Amino acid sequence: MEPPTSTGEHCTGRFGVHGGQYVPETLMNAVIELEDAYNTFKDDPEFRRELADLLNNYAGRPSRLYYAEKMTKDLGGAKIYLKREDLNHTGSHKINNVLGQALLAKKMGKTRLIAETGAGQHGVATATAAALLGMECVVFMGKEDTERQALNVYRMRLLGADVVPVTSGTATLKDAVSEAMREWTSRIDDTHYCLGSVMGPHPFPMIVRDFQAVISQEIKEQLMEAEGRLPDVVLACVGGGSNAIGSFYNFIDDPSVRLIGCEAAGRGIDTFETAATINTGSLGIFHGMKSYFCQDEYGQIAPVYSISAGLDYPGIGPEHAWLHDEGRAEYVPVTDDQAVNAFEYMSRTEGIIPAIESAHAVAYAMELAPTMDPDQIIVITISGRGDKDCAAIARYRGEDIHE
Amino acid sequence: MSNIEQAFTHGKAFIPFLTAGDPDLETTAELIRAMAENGADLIEVGIPFSDPTAEGVVIQGADLRALSSGTTTDRVFDMISEVRKDVTIPLVFMTYANVVFSYGLERFAQRAAEVGANGVILPDVPFEEKEEFAPAFRAHGLDMISFIAPTSHDRVREIASHAEGFIYCISSLGVTGVRQKITTDIGAMMRLVREANPQIPCAVGFGIATPQQAVDMARYSDGAIVGSAIVKIVAEYGTQSVAPVSAYVAEMKAALNAAYGA
Repeated sequence: MEPPTSTGEHCTGRFGVHGGQYVPETLMNAVIELEDAYNTFKDDPEFRRELADLLNNYAGRPSRLYYAEKMTKDLGGAKIYLKREDLNHTGSHKINNVLGQALLAKKMGKTRLIAETGAGQHGVATATAAALLGMECVVFMGKEDTERQALNVYRMRLLGADVVPVTSGTATLKDAVSEAMREWTSRIDDTHYCLGSVMGPHPFPMIVRDFQAVISQEIKEQLMEAEGRLPDVVLACVGGGSNAIGSFYNFIDDPSVRLIGCEAAGRGIDTFETAATINTGSLGIFHGMKSYFCQDEYGQIAPVYSISAGLDYPGIGPEHAWLHDEGRAEYVPVTDDQAVNAFEYMSRTEGIIPAIESAHAVAYAMELAPTMDPDQIIVITISGRGDKDCAAIARYRGEDIHE
Repeated sequence: MSNIEQAFTHGKAFIPFLTAGDPDLETTAELIRAMAENGADLIEVGIPFSDPTAEGVVIQGADLRALSSGTTTDRVFDMISEVRKDVTIPLVFMTYANVVFSYGLERFAQRAAEVGANGVILPDVPFEEKEEFAPAFRAHGLDMISFIAPTSHDRVREIASHAEGFIYCISSLGVTGVRQKITTDIGAMMRLVREANPQIPCAVGFGIATPQQAVDMARYSDGAIVGSAIVKIVAEYGTQSVAPVSAYVAEMKAALNAAYGA
């Protein structure tokens, strides 16, 4: 199965029926210019050297592949490895993509980065790259998320970024994306929209995936060294889907590896308070792409919900939609309750506090591992660290703590 | 000549936009009749979308109010079907790709034509994705209106040579909304369009609110499109907005006629 990547000129970036470039005319030359620049620089030895230097010496790659021995023994099934993206500088996988895009933007002569953020992980990563590379930075964040993730708002401001609380719509990630797109429409010459997930119009799903694919490349090498073989299952949480596609990408052509994306089911997929796109959504066109979206019968985008601000998004990246159509990857719903339990379980068992987003993947591993044999291997991508979530989880458990 | 092109045969065209269902569909129907009576040459009827990414705050608010009042695509079609009994000028639907896609492209095109619409404008469908939609619209006699933006540059030729109905020229960067000043060289944009397609009418929109702005924008083009300034009046006067909107439309068309002849 060959993913239809854009190697040709102005290919519209389709993954099966998904993807495309559904953006206003005002942005079309910007996305074409971005695609041209990416195609020019991605194989440029100087660009690759600079990016590798940033990833290794600044972000701390490669990230560890850690054998979670206590969890493995406690769950009594498959051997569990954790891909520790939480140990990256800025505390999540988001830095992989941001360093790539920021460097690309700089080569394109842009001096200003704008970004959307949900949990704040992508916003913090973008603010960090902007500080390092001497660029201006504006981050759009749903007002509700600025309250759920107040610490990250402070971090972004500390790093020199402007944080713009978005009050339109549901005041969450979807609205932050809309607002960042609106801002990009009004200021293109000096501004790069540093999109944080494998979504939006082509070429973003391709560019972000390529920059995140380092995760699965490292898993493959590290597990080969540790175990001399491929994993049986790779698990990652999915909102837009950047850490998941990064974790899956280099295994797509290895049919023995099960690829499982864990969607945020919120209060359950039989309620309206859910963000599980594959499990509850339908085909649509929004935010520049054709993919699956949570929507009503008239195509109005649904006000989705998850305890996790980073997964609280009504769509999913087009490559995931395609992997689902092809049956190559599975997408399972995980509720708030399951994720919070996993958040606490991993903290107690391994001494690792995962991001509440990543805890969705941990939760599914807790169900899956006991059903598998001890000679089988699960890799869970821990996409980020959970320090940012402690206050919110305490509130979920009825404890009122102040940051 | 398509029905839409006829809108450009009475001097410079004045093209108002309104969001259907803001504050309710009865008022929208009255507003459409009143705008037609007061000199509108073509009316853009917005079918509300939950997340209109090309709109500024004013039209975003209208979409939200329309959806809150229970407006659906079917109800907008029913309303237009009634209005069509009295209104003869061209009517064009403006909405987002997902509203059409989720309704079913073929079903949408058929229903839009049935109720008497003449075209469709989808701001999130650029030239590259146009052919997914245009053939179905064409089959039902609906023009799919193309945009040209200040950033279009070398794309103008291709877009213009395939354009149908009229070309919607975006006056400036950014989303819809009233602007104090429009600095784009509209004349230069128009020259590029004319070179590629001498026949197609061009109307300029985004940021136009005052009669003087309409006159300035129409100098090099065939008409002016006004959205947010009208939606603002509707937001302020609600069900009582027919009189002030009528007066506004009459004033704008009169300014164009005074400057360029009827």
